[in-house]
Amino acid sequence: MSARQFGDTILEVNNISLSFGVMKVLDNISFDIKKGEIRSIIGPNGAGKSSMLNVINGFYHPQEGTITFKGETRKAMAPHVAASHGIARTFQNIALFKGMSTLDNIMTGRNLKMKTNIFWQALHLGPARKEELENREAAERIIDFLDIQAIRKKPVGKLPYGLQKRVELGRALAAEPELLLLDEPMAGMNSEEKEDMSRFIIDVNDEFGTTIALIEHDMGVVMDLSDRVVVLDYGKQLADGFPEEVRANQKVIDAYLGVPHE
Amino acid sequence: MIYRETGQFKANYADDQALFPIAQDRYVIYAVLFATFAVVPMILNQYWLNAIILPFLIYSLAALGLNVLTGYCGQVSLGTGGFMAVGAFSIYKLMVAVPELGFITLVILSGIITAAVGALFGLPSLRIKGFYLAVATLASQFFLIWLFNKVGWFFNYNATGMITSPPMTIFGVLVTGPEATVTAKYFLVASIVAVFALVAKNLARGRFGRNWMAIRDMDIAAELIGVRPLIAKLSAFAVSSFYIGMAGALYFAVWLGSAEPTEAFDINQSFLVLFMIIIGGLGSVLGSFLGAGFLVLMPILLKNILVDGFGTDSALAAHIEIMTVGALIIIFLIVEPHGLARLWRIAKEKLRLWPFPY
Amino acid sequence: MLFFIEVTLSGLMAGVMYSLVALGFVLIFKASGIFNFAQGVMALFAALTLVGFMDEFGMPVWLAIIGTIAVMIALAWVIERVMLRHLVNQEPIILFMATIGLAYVLEGLGDILWGSDVKVLDIGIPQGAWDWLWDQGIYVEKLELFAAATAAILVIFLAIFFQKTRTGRALRAVADDHQAALSVGISLHTIWVIVWSVSGIVALVAGIMWGSKSGVQFSLSLIALKALPVLILGGFTSVPGAIIGGMIIGVGEKLAEVYLGPFVGGAIENWFAYMLALAFLLFRPQGLFGERIIERV
Repeated sequence: MSARQFGDTILEVNNISLSFGVMKVLDNISFDIKKGEIRSIIGPNGAGKSSMLNVINGFYHPQEGTITFKGETRKAMAPHVAASHGIARTFQNIALFKGMSTLDNIMTGRNLKMKTNIFWQALHLGPARKEELENREAAERIIDFLDIQAIRKKPVGKLPYGLQKRVELGRALAAEPELLLLDEPMAGMNSEEKEDMSRFIIDVNDEFGTTIALIEHDMGVVMDLSDRVVVLDYGKQLADGFPEEVRANQKVIDAYLGVPHE
Repeated sequence: MIYRETGQFKANYADDQALFPIAQDRYVIYAVLFATFAVVPMILNQYWLNAIILPFLIYSLAALGLNVLTGYCGQVSLGTGGFMAVGAFSIYKLMVAVPELGFITLVILSGIITAAVGALFGLPSLRIKGFYLAVATLASQFFLIWLFNKVGWFFNYNATGMITSPPMTIFGVLVTGPEATVTAKYFLVASIVAVFALVAKNLARGRFGRNWMAIRDMDIAAELIGVRPLIAKLSAFAVSSFYIGMAGALYFAVWLGSAEPTEAFDINQSFLVLFMIIIGGLGSVLGSFLGAGFLVLMPILLKNILVDGFGTDSALAAHIEIMTVGALIIIFLIVEPHGLARLWRIAKEKLRLWPFPY
Repeated sequence: MLFFIEVTLSGLMAGVMYSLVALGFVLIFKASGIFNFAQGVMALFAALTLVGFMDEFGMPVWLAIIGTIAVMIALAWVIERVMLRHLVNQEPIILFMATIGLAYVLEGLGDILWGSDVKVLDIGIPQGAWDWLWDQGIYVEKLELFAAATAAILVIFLAIFFQKTRTGRALRAVADDHQAALSVGISLHTIWVIVWSVSGIVALVAGIMWGSKSGVQFSLSLIALKALPVLILGGFTSVPGAIIGGMIIGVGEKLAEVYLGPFVGGAIENWFAYMLALAFLLFRPQGLFGERIIERV
């Protein structure tokens, strides 16, 4: 696995520190993500993994450090700017739009691709109609890809957990992101669902060439999926490298792998 | 047995995206439109048209507007009365100043002015949410009513502070002023409401509608996937106020004929329209109509039953009416938070499968 | 200068009256996360009941007050049974709208039971100017002073209730975390009845003060609308916030009316409080004493 070749660096975080009041959540974190790879961020609970993702897509603004995405360096950016530059994500506790159908959720993910103004929208004619149909086709391709045709018109709030996770992945994919952030995509799943989800992640990476950064608890899955792994613990960076290197790292073993998990 | 979609196949996404994908629904809509423009004006007398149908249509428009903001975008507003007043005073000023533009243009202009005011008062929604916002919208209610009461320019400095709508015509037919016939008013209002109900439906099923609902269901996630809260919220405020402004303009210029801000547009109007969308169904175009119809009809029915039927004292009847409205709100929120529109949908689902249970 | 002091003082006193209403809001919001729009109507209802007991049944004041307290507790029980219980898992905004419905029900009920004419409420609270200050040339109502003292006693009483009693601690536990409270065996239903009873009693106090001042009538229920900016300013969950917020609003409103009103046509007190609160919100969305919100995903 580690023999895969990758392109240029797509994202680089440099010396990121983030704190809320006196609590230091992230302490001087630096790593990079190369185009086309599957990158994992692991660590025990409270290690600052989710905060790291929140920093990358602009939801939290770090006190120190910089983020370089596609050659542009900045300290912080607004979430919608991150989204419009091609960063999409899923959430640890599913954050779907519960009152809307699967199709509408995925169509909302395509929001950034849609441009017609409110007057055409009001008439639902001409450019607005054309745009709606084009995006519907794109959305349907994702629905096919994730094999969720049957729940297309169902309100997502009533779907089982595993399917919701899949719809959420669909919503993120709908934006055709260059960098996809997955926040614990397999949390709370049974082993069959985990396998399905792993398959989808690999397929996304393979077929669309999407760069993926994911946070995960399940060590087995992470080591199999990832090209490279960053390990965080209490906001500090313990290790960074190929899965086998990380696995062999004594600090990591002490902090995380050494402790019987689950 | 009649309500079946079996055999209706969609060969492309355009058909599936249509406004009413099921053929029978389309027939119902055609029937309703036919009834609205051909049957109703023939069979209903002046009293019915003026006392029930006109206010029903105008409140439906206001309810549509509030539903965009509260039902679709999830921002509770208690300023509807104030925004209706903006529409009313806008059209008054316009009717006096530029009557040559034509009445329909003036109605739409009043809507646009109200949209601008609404977007302005929607600005706090970018910083505050939920109850805080609901309370903040009360500020607009009180401030606007005060403004129209105190600043003479708005009512052209007349002594009473009342505004009265001057007569205007469309295609040579009088639609405002004391001389205008109820039938003419009815056709005008029904046409405007029909067109803008379609517009609301279009907006709701397109990009704007989805972004509003995304903000409503999970605002943070919406922002993180690229929905700009600024644009989504302010567009909801603007579109909502546009509708409410038009409703206020029609309410004053066509229905009431003359108005005084503290009475016609006070906070009870805000509650009334809010109740309409709760009872009718939050986030439903159909629900806006059902709710408006229900709350326009119910007091009249109740009054007929109590005062004429049982000889109840009319003050007591008014108190019973208030209580009933309140109780109905609570009952609806407990039993069916999605309102009458949801009941209608359930009935349709049942009908699709009938006579089989599933 | 003397005039300025007089205006400020009367603003402070009026503010305390707002605080009395705001206090009832805060109690319910703290314990159940419900924004009770009916708080003002509860004050009206309580005052109506009190007057009704005194005038129509000829009860002495103390008995009428006890009777009204019993009615407010019974009301809390009914509200929990009929309404709250069935709305447990609904979103806060749905509960909020339900309380608007409740406001209508109580308003109609009060009018049906006791009639809608303006009533005089006199339970022997001293009226007129406070002599000592009047001698210094400053006019302050004795009634308002009495209200301020009552508010102070009420706050102390509530503080003791929350800090020292078992029920009070349970209430705070529920406020912190519904589920956790349930899991250690605190009954949500009982808690809700208690907290609605307490705020019913607070509503009675507010109703007595306002009723003595300006008669018991429908407009009393509108003071609830005045209490809302107080809440925004003070934060929905803070008892001291309700008091201090009330005073700021009261003083701000009076000063604005006197010094600003003449230039813009007067009667600005209807909206000034809201604008003040709104302007404040834009800079500090969590209110004076609210906690800073850290959003998570």
